[in-house]
Amino acid sequence: MTMRAALRAYPTLLRVGLAEAVAYRAEMLVWMLTTTMPLVSLALWHAVAESGPIGRFGPRELTSYFLAGLIVRQVTSSWVVWEMNQEIRTGTLSLRLLRPIHPLLGYSAENLAALPIRGALSLPVALAMLFLGGSEGVSRFLDDPTLVPMLIAALVGAWLITFLLMCAIGALGFFMESSSSVFEVYLGLFFALSGYLFPLEFLAARAPWVMGATRALPFYYQLGFPIELMLGLLDRRAALRGLAIEWAYVAFFYLLATRLWRLGMRRFGAYGA
Amino acid sequence: MNSGGSSATVEVEHLTKIYRVHKRPPGLAAAMKSLLRRRYEEVRAVDDLSLSIAPGERVGFLGPNGAGKTTTLKVLSGLLHPTAGKVRVAGHVPQERQAAFLKRITLVMGQKQQLLWDLPPSETFALNRAVYDIPRVQFEETLEELTRLLEIGEVVGKPTRQLSLGERMKCELAAALLHRPEVLFLDEPTIGLDVSMQLTVREFVRRYNERFGATVMLTSHYMDDVAALCPRVVVIDQGKLRYDGGLAELVRTRRPEKRAVVGFERPVVRAELEESLGGMGRVVEHSDGKAVIQVRQSDLKAALAMVLARFPVADLTVEDPPLEEVMRELFAGEKPR
Repeated sequence: MTMRAALRAYPTLLRVGLAEAVAYRAEMLVWMLTTTMPLVSLALWHAVAESGPIGRFGPRELTSYFLAGLIVRQVTSSWVVWEMNQEIRTGTLSLRLLRPIHPLLGYSAENLAALPIRGALSLPVALAMLFLGGSEGVSRFLDDPTLVPMLIAALVGAWLITFLLMCAIGALGFFMESSSSVFEVYLGLFFALSGYLFPLEFLAARAPWVMGATRALPFYYQLGFPIELMLGLLDRRAALRGLAIEWAYVAFFYLLATRLWRLGMRRFGAYGA
Repeated sequence: MNSGGSSATVEVEHLTKIYRVHKRPPGLAAAMKSLLRRRYEEVRAVDDLSLSIAPGERVGFLGPNGAGKTTTLKVLSGLLHPTAGKVRVAGHVPQERQAAFLKRITLVMGQKQQLLWDLPPSETFALNRAVYDIPRVQFEETLEELTRLLEIGEVVGKPTRQLSLGERMKCELAAALLHRPEVLFLDEPTIGLDVSMQLTVREFVRRYNERFGATVMLTSHYMDDVAALCPRVVVIDQGKLRYDGGLAELVRTRRPEKRAVVGFERPVVRAELEESLGGMGRVVEHSDGKAVIQVRQSDLKAALAMVLARFPVADLTVEDPPLEEVMRELFAGEKPR
């Protein structure tokens, strides 16, 4: 299918994906709850920060950080690895392969289609809390409109890294019996190194080299970077450098995922279907 | 657009497909051992298979379970890469999975469905219209025709999960044919359906073939499907070709006998009947008022004349032996050629 034909088909894929997402109401709610961990982290770190700020982060800054984290998680999450694993193992991937559109495009539409609902249900609460908190970061963000396009680019990049990285892990299912164990390893690294459990700046005093390493790894660009951009914690130069690294990772994971897919297709057994 | 001047829609030359399968005995010890050292074994699912199907042909693809039928269909539809050999379908190399190829074929699997489970079939139809890039007018025309032929107007708006198996299969067929494919690979399309629904699906496939000149390759465990739809059959076993030719010829060569089903006005003793037949045939079924006699084709007239002359015949029909029996014998007896 040509790219033009794929683009013509994409709105319908999104519409049908949204209809499916609405059909799976209970499942959707449970999945959304799994991305509310930042609220737990917020409660913990809030308690710690009450006895004195940690670096730049007092209780108010921490509130902003984790609520922004909740927003970024909601709008950049993807669950394609589970679907790919299941479909490769059971052979139901065959049904996707028979359609004249690349299966990764189909998966992307299904994942993106659910985002409006996730956003609609979670954003108002988080935004209201952010504004009521009167965080300096928020006002700085609103005062500088040039941050808007950068933030959009950072969020799109974060989603693409997450989606493509999951596609790459999912495609490992062609080579091993299940790639979900690899995904568990990824998840551990993501939690530790993305800024999910705590702002990575906390590492600056005690383990500066670890913090330096996080800037070179992809996980920070999936979460910590868009949060910091959203809260105005980065100057223009740091933001542009971050975007360049983030999009380089997008390109890298695109090549990795598509390469693994092509190699994996040769090994696909289409068992059971 | 076929290559090499060939007019065949499906061309298979020396196709071989080998699976590498992890093998371990049952039990915890074997499971632990397999963590350290895995044993793999090669399974030759398709072995040096060659065949050719002309445009518009309806071919029954037969064989016992595990014969390699589904594997072959998956190779032909581009889902599997062949281990060796050449395959071309509608002028394309299937495993390249070009969009132009996928738009010209369809694979319907009776055991798997493409319909979106929680949404009405109409949503799957809309999705297929988009991904197959079907012009709206053609889509509406085709959908209208398929809806009429399959009688699914009432059900396309209900969630798929609430449909009966037969309704689902009819909608599945509609979804698979919306893009008017030229080549239909049908893998057990009537499995689990009741007799009347089998008949509907069969009739529909025949009409589609006649209306669009589509090439049909069908696997089915229901021999009635094959007998009703496929003038030609390809039989494989253990991945090897065992027979390729006319269905009637297969039956004639494997089982040259005919069967006479005779109804009697009053009970007839089996031994008397057998004795009268002499060497011409034998009684294969017998009850008080009915007998089934198997007779060589050459002796049919004489045997029937004898039965009519000596016994109180109320009713008489002559038929071929059941196809199931012919197949059972074929799979059990003959070595791969």
